Amino acid sequence: MSQGIAKASNQSTTGALDAGPHAERLSNLLSAKRANCNREIGLDLFRDMTLGRRFEDKCAEMYYRGKMFGFVHLYNGQEAVSTGVIGAMKKKHDWFCSTYRDHVHALSAGVPAREVMSELFGKETGCSKGRGGSMHLFSKEHHLLGGYAFIGEGIPVALGAAFTSRYKKDALNDKSSDSVTAAFFGDGTCNNGQFFECLNMAQLWKLPIIFVVENNKWAIGMAHDRATSDPEIWRKAQAFGMKGEEVDGMDVLAVRGATERALQRARSGEGPTLLECLTYRFRGHSLADPDELREEKEKEFWSKRDPLKKLEKDLIESSLATKEELKAIEKEIDAEVIDSVEFALSAPDPNPEELNKYIWAEKD
Amino acid sequence: MAGTLLFNALREAIDEEMAKDSRVCVMGEDVGQYGGSYKVTKDLYEKYGELRVLDTPIAENSFTGMAVGAAMTGLRPIVEGMNMGFLLLAFNQISNNMGMLRYTSGGNFTIPTVVRGPGGVGRQLGAEHSQRLEAYFHAVPGIKIVACSTPTNAKGLMKAAIRDDNPVLFFEHVLLYNLNEELPKGDYICALDQADLVRKGKDITILTYSRMRHHCLKAISQLEIDGIDAELIDLISLKPFDMETIAKSIKKTHRVIIVEECMKTGGIGAELISLITEQCFDDLDSPPVRLSSQDIPTPYNGKLENLTIIQPHQIVDTAKKILNKGI
Repeated sequence: MSQGIAKASNQSTTGALDAGPHAERLSNLLSAKRANCNREIGLDLFRDMTLGRRFEDKCAEMYYRGKMFGFVHLYNGQEAVSTGVIGAMKKKHDWFCSTYRDHVHALSAGVPAREVMSELFGKETGCSKGRGGSMHLFSKEHHLLGGYAFIGEGIPVALGAAFTSRYKKDALNDKSSDSVTAAFFGDGTCNNGQFFECLNMAQLWKLPIIFVVENNKWAIGMAHDRATSDPEIWRKAQAFGMKGEEVDGMDVLAVRGATERALQRARSGEGPTLLECLTYRFRGHSLADPDELREEKEKEFWSKRDPLKKLEKDLIESSLATKEELKAIEKEIDAEVIDSVEFALSAPDPNPEELNKYIWAEKD
Repeated sequence: MAGTLLFNALREAIDEEMAKDSRVCVMGEDVGQYGGSYKVTKDLYEKYGELRVLDTPIAENSFTGMAVGAAMTGLRPIVEGMNMGFLLLAFNQISNNMGMLRYTSGGNFTIPTVVRGPGGVGRQLGAEHSQRLEAYFHAVPGIKIVACSTPTNAKGLMKAAIRDDNPVLFFEHVLLYNLNEELPKGDYICALDQADLVRKGKDITILTYSRMRHHCLKAISQLEIDGIDAELIDLISLKPFDMETIAKSIKKTHRVIIVEECMKTGGIGAELISLITEQCFDDLDSPPVRLSSQDIPTPYNGKLENLTIIQPHQIVDTAKKILNKGI
């Protein structure tokens, strides 16, 4: 199998061997300090992750029912990353930059489910007015810099937002300027030049940015260890003199803890951080992907570490919430998702007479 | 000698706009301490500091993308392509993000950016440094494309480009930086979407842009001697074309030559001739003609290079042929 090299070099590790090298890494990960959690935070995180999960499940249903078109990339399994990172940041203050797998980042950033679902239905009420679609969700109001469909192209854009933050502080003497930008991208992107170019510039200029790698092992059908010479992406930060951290991306409190540390560095002028979140997507690359290459054992390993179940267990065991309370939240979220679908279905299409609108900036 | 060199006219424009609006900044290779490879940003680094005049690493795609992100979050960046040819490496950011993002975002964001630098065929710079990317970028939606040709329009267009809320690709020509001209006094701008009627004439319309304007002027002096009264229009705006000015001229002269430095296939003239055919067909007394560069990589050898691009005598010959005055 493709994982042969990594297996051979790690024979002493047991348990996750059959599930491949990515699973081994997670199993061997020494846990860094997790974030503190109280009832309010815990329930917020649970709500956000549940929304992410249930929203995406509904998208799959709508896609297969022919209500949604194009390429649709779902986020199931990776919720701890979006919620862990964005939940630790300040909404409408910090900036968020995503990829083609952007629905849940948008939701975490506060874009209403109605606006996201409408966009997926191509409706005028969508956050991109039906012009963007699944891979191009934008919201200036919620500081979502967008979903970018080509690999790596969002990273420089995110860097630009971080540059603006520093520019306002140091060139325009606005000492209150402390926004931080989170740039999300995957393991496949870390073999792309823009990743390295932007790491270099971010560290060179000490820009307030967090590079969040959602390493889900698979770039469509290309296994991470077949695509890169050193699979440990977080260590690539070292080459730039940057702080890098490897995080359990299935544990929302671990992600939140790492984000808090990165935010502290960014806001105090110490510059960027590279966070590598080890995670897994529970579905294929997109809804068009037959998903024929991933081994059942690998999928089993990761589904046992479902980030939602983990948080649920944490909250109940630490007596921050009861099972009934969490069930009630799930019900609320289901209602919210159903509402978003109903809203989107009944929303108007864009006006054909406005086909050319938004090409040019409107005159003030 | 009094007057202002073209590179200094551009520098004045940038300096004045930076002084007036603290959101305006410059980024690119060697724009800061070095002052720009053609000195268009000379001394601005000392005046405005290292963040407002940012020396970037050699990473065109990434610093162009950074300008997009900076523009989305409130700044008004000017990106220098040290040579416009290098921007092939930033094609994705210019196309997908500068050009398309306002639309795909449903109007959420505007991208007020200027991408400027030297283009065109210089003197034996070799194929890669002699490109005419205005043609390559022409199909990208959502960007304006302009080409300056004199110190006066260089300054006025640059100021207009910086003030515009849309992305503007601003083509300078590597061989025009030392043109000298007395500039108008005070703060002035030139409209980004208006062609310049350089010389009025009644016999034939010549449409051109950038350095070819000066080749056309040489040709027109000769044509004048030969009794042909040519009208010269400098397109200035390569996207969108100022079809109003162009159509008006063709209605008067009924004949048209397009003189361009880009290659013929897929060039600026290719699009222009299509529009003229669509919009001015009934006004034409003879087929419109394109005088373009050869469809080849620009050779290094000086003689071959001259054969690659259009020379003034070819413009003269073509005009005479169209008007049946013999060659």
